Amino acid sequence: MSDQDRIFAQTVVDEVEERPRTLLRDVWSQFTAHRGAMAGLAVFLVIVLGVSFGPFIHTIDPTYSDFRARNQGMSLAHPMGTDNLGRDMFAQVLQGGRVSLLVGVTAMAIAMFFGTLVGVLAGYFRRLDGILMRVTDLFLALPILPLLLVIIMLFRDTLRKAFGPEAGIFLLIVFIIGITSWMQTARIVRGDVLALKEREFVLAARSIGTPAHRIILRHVLPNVLSPIMVSATLGIATAIITESALSFLGLGFPSDFPTWGRLLFDGANFMTLTPSRVIWPGLMLSLTVLSVNYVGDGLRDALDPHIRGR
Amino acid sequence: MKKIGFLMAATALVAAGSAHAESHEGRATDGHLNIIYWQAPSLLNPYLSGGTKELEASSLVIEPLARYDETGTMVPFLVDEIPTVDNGGVSEDLTTITWTLSEGIKWSDGTPLTAADAVFTWQYCTDPESGCAQLSNYNDVESVEAVDDRTIKITFSVPKPFPYGPFVGAQSPIIQAAQFADCLGAAAPTCTDANFAPIGTGPFVVTDFKANDVASFVANENYRDPMKPAFATLNLKGGGDAASAARSVLETGEFDYAWNLQVEPEILNQMAAAGQGTVVSAFGTSVERMHVNQTDPDPELGDERATVAHPHPFLTDPNVSRALSLAIDREILVEAGYGSSGQPTCNVLPAPAIYASTNNDWCLNYDPDEANRLLDEAGWVMGDDGVRTKDGERLSILYQTSTNSVRQGTQALVKQMWEEIGVETELRNIDGSVFFGGDPSSPDTFQKFFADIEMYTNNFDGTDPERYMGNWACAEIPSPETQWQGSNMQRFCSEEYDALVVEFGQTAALEDRAALAIKMNDMLMNSGSIIPLVHRGGVSAHSNTLEGVLMNEWDSELWNIADWTRAE
Amino acid sequence: MFAFTIRRLLFAIPTLLAISFIIFAILDLAPSDPTGNLPLTISPEVRAQIRSSLGLDEPFPIRYLLWLKQFFINEPLNLIEGWTGWTLGDGERMRVTSWATRSPVVDLIIERMPQTLWVVGMSQVIAIVIAVPIGVISAYKQYSWFDQIGTFVSMVGFSIPTFFTGLVFIVLFSVHLQWFPSIYDTNHVIDSWDSFVFQIKQMIMPTMVLALATAAQLSRYMRASMLDNLQQDYVRTARAKGLTERVVVMIHVLRNSMIPVVTVIALNIPTIFGGAIITEQIFRVNGIGQLLIIGIQGADIPLVQTLTFIFAVLIVLFNLIADVLYGILDPRIRYE
Repeated sequence: MSDQDRIFAQTVVDEVEERPRTLLRDVWSQFTAHRGAMAGLAVFLVIVLGVSFGPFIHTIDPTYSDFRARNQGMSLAHPMGTDNLGRDMFAQVLQGGRVSLLVGVTAMAIAMFFGTLVGVLAGYFRRLDGILMRVTDLFLALPILPLLLVIIMLFRDTLRKAFGPEAGIFLLIVFIIGITSWMQTARIVRGDVLALKEREFVLAARSIGTPAHRIILRHVLPNVLSPIMVSATLGIATAIITESALSFLGLGFPSDFPTWGRLLFDGANFMTLTPSRVIWPGLMLSLTVLSVNYVGDGLRDALDPHIRGR
Repeated sequence: MKKIGFLMAATALVAAGSAHAESHEGRATDGHLNIIYWQAPSLLNPYLSGGTKELEASSLVIEPLARYDETGTMVPFLVDEIPTVDNGGVSEDLTTITWTLSEGIKWSDGTPLTAADAVFTWQYCTDPESGCAQLSNYNDVESVEAVDDRTIKITFSVPKPFPYGPFVGAQSPIIQAAQFADCLGAAAPTCTDANFAPIGTGPFVVTDFKANDVASFVANENYRDPMKPAFATLNLKGGGDAASAARSVLETGEFDYAWNLQVEPEILNQMAAAGQGTVVSAFGTSVERMHVNQTDPDPELGDERATVAHPHPFLTDPNVSRALSLAIDREILVEAGYGSSGQPTCNVLPAPAIYASTNNDWCLNYDPDEANRLLDEAGWVMGDDGVRTKDGERLSILYQTSTNSVRQGTQALVKQMWEEIGVETELRNIDGSVFFGGDPSSPDTFQKFFADIEMYTNNFDGTDPERYMGNWACAEIPSPETQWQGSNMQRFCSEEYDALVVEFGQTAALEDRAALAIKMNDMLMNSGSIIPLVHRGGVSAHSNTLEGVLMNEWDSELWNIADWTRAE
Repeated sequence: MFAFTIRRLLFAIPTLLAISFIIFAILDLAPSDPTGNLPLTISPEVRAQIRSSLGLDEPFPIRYLLWLKQFFINEPLNLIEGWTGWTLGDGERMRVTSWATRSPVVDLIIERMPQTLWVVGMSQVIAIVIAVPIGVISAYKQYSWFDQIGTFVSMVGFSIPTFFTGLVFIVLFSVHLQWFPSIYDTNHVIDSWDSFVFQIKQMIMPTMVLALATAAQLSRYMRASMLDNLQQDYVRTARAKGLTERVVVMIHVLRNSMIPVVTVIALNIPTIFGGAIITEQIFRVNGIGQLLIIGIQGADIPLVQTLTFIFAVLIVLFNLIADVLYGILDPRIRYE
């Protein structure tokens, strides 16, 4: 029996419950007991709901410019003020949030998937280590900007034709950010796996003939979860910012397509003139990352067999 | 970095130009001058890099025979007078021009400047292996001879109504033959020391040069005017962006002069309100314009995309283009993006004044009703979704430009203005090094023009528009046959226009040239293939303690730096 | 371990060659052009001449081989000549030359090393010095006030991009308080106490902006890893043995928690040499990061290729060092 199963069994016995408990339910009950995680989840949900349904309540078109009302501070008509072309900031923050969150979460998921896959394989199987880590070195060394120019040149028109201008660009951006940011996770996961696979419980599992995929899934993965969680949290922030850099360079969404990173970027020079232009997108960005961080903390604790059930 | 600036913040602003030369005692008495060019020069030899930043930085050191002043008038620098037909300096058949150097002009190393240096400069730039960026200044030059030590005779292979290409303006300074003797042709790039620190006749001498970062100068001991320059040392720093360059002059006072501040006007105004410095602007020939594709950029056409074989489905109709132009409120574009450095314009050739047409001023009146009427008349019917259609074709436009926050602001505003007349617009912005790069393998270059409308700024050097107006000849159309090279982006083609281009090259009298230029400008405007938007000026800022700055768009902005002084 | 290191070093040579080829191919494929930023008044014919004078007419493999020769043969020979004063061969050889500045790339890099090392290097040192204790204390006292504040600051610090924090610092400390210069003087020479103070003053803002982001990241990994290890059986055993809490945490737990932190530091050190593009731009530090971005914008292939390749060498090298360190931190890790 593995660590995890033993403690799991222990809890079941200790608490003497009637109905059968599943791992998932167990994790959930631990998660809900984590105050930070619940607060984080609530904030994150509010943000998601806000950007999803907000534009139906605050119906100003984010790209409509009311030129007479430019560079305005916060008011009832424009709760977050307006930018230098007279576009409503609140509408832009809501609209931008949809894109930023989607890009951030998707790109992060792609990066985490590749990073974890490469890291676990390289760390666990010695024969794959050399080749996978050299590929990682290659990706770390690639000059990102010229690479982007090449990718855009080769694929933009094809994707635009297949998925339309916006969905095509979205796929391209998510793909680009994903494949250029998995390397750090891969190196970190590999480092941890190298140490983990020499631990007693893994050796024990191997000695009783547990197949490799089961060892990885049941014993290795749960134990490298915390660095992955940290990477994921940081990854969302990085993805949102990277997207804005891409858009700014003309490699991302069209310029009239607001995203949080882009709003922050465009507003930076207006910081002293109309502070509301930078405060709100910056605040949303930070709140998102903070809430994801707390959710990550809670998940990590809930999934950690040592903590759960204490 | 010396913080001289804020100590003298309260000094009153002195009207530009009125006070130079009087307020200082002599050469190198006014201490240190700090200039910031946010795009830093990568070398100081303008023949090896045609960038504006290199031209301007090198103009501190090397000089042409004559420069253009702030009004666009030629002023002698290394000569006593400008040769003309009247004073006999230009031959009657317009094929030769003879310059006579002033007496006693020395290089900063103490050796005399001679006509041989000019001859060498010509050889240096026209060597086929050197890749000289200013080659077109020596177009049609058959020979440059040193008649004697002070006399330079330039012979052209064809009559030149405007013979002031070679050795006039910041693009064509004279370099020292002795220093560059071993740098001809393929050897040009190997002369790093000479390219970083050319010896010149100008007011300053290079002491240290860090490529793309900072250049340091001291006053030239051998400068022709013993009282100038007023500053003993000068630093030219680069890097960063335009807004922070403006801040370093206007708000922190760390620098005395900042160049090319294309920043949203309200930000500049706010910084200027701090009272440390002044924003100055001047107008040259730059026009922010839209080119309207006369050919069909539909990807379905494959290799024949955007070639003259396939006319554009709707943009070849001058009325559609006129409607698009009338629907743009140029005043708003200026207010949002340019402020004092922009003026609405209806001409692709807005200056000098004698060349500027007044026949197209209808476009200054923002008139969406008239635009709607024109489109109705042309058969475009407003659809339910607010987009006009005609024979199943939607009035939908892909509008591209280079990446630049002011341009993206203009794009957003225009998109909305066009929405009001039932035109659907998709925006695209492309990194400048790709858009202007002309790589035939990229679909995003401005020559390929795989879009319906593209926007950028163009201008011409000096004051003569002959070559500029020649840009729109049929032969200049970029196509697969020319490896997509050419300057006629919108693929405008008219036999009549081509005939005028030829005629221009043969006309000598200034009034006739002006009439021709106006006629050509009006033809382009009437074709609807160009929609001019804004006549753009240069914007710079200088500290209130710096006097003598005369903003100049016709030459280097630093053209009269010898006259700059520090206010008491 | 020694045999492992040697084997990895030998294996690094073909890896790096392959990387250099792929980088060159990408730079060549990229649609940007060295004449792209020139004024439009320069005619297409002149542009074509400029391109051919840069050697762009040659086919791709020739240009790649030329770069290999210049970088691996000519540059080292030149360095040897510079150190020893000998003249090898005829002394005339083409070095790797930047297209924009027409000067040797290696000289440009050497010219920019001081400011990059001062600012970016110092920021890494500061980040490590701040982040490790914060991570350790945050984990040891999980969910204490210290931990909550640390989490908050590091998350905000990481999610706000440097272009923004940099500008806030300038507006606050340069414009309003006038404490620090907003523009870094690369010509500054330290020859007295006052000039040293000035150097510190001009370094503070860029260094802190960078250190904030790096420390935020490092402290999160440190904390997470400490938390994992604090729960392990060996910690209970060590405590049961009667070891003091200090020894348990500082020796046993910290050592075992260092693996992810070492990984992140090893990934960060090469970026010191890569410079910090945005921060260098904002404060005009004009170090290697600025050189790289200007090179990329101007499609200066020899410059970008050389910089990126040096960067790749450092990445491979420091990843190897990290692997060796893993073995020292946790002797159970074996590579044979």
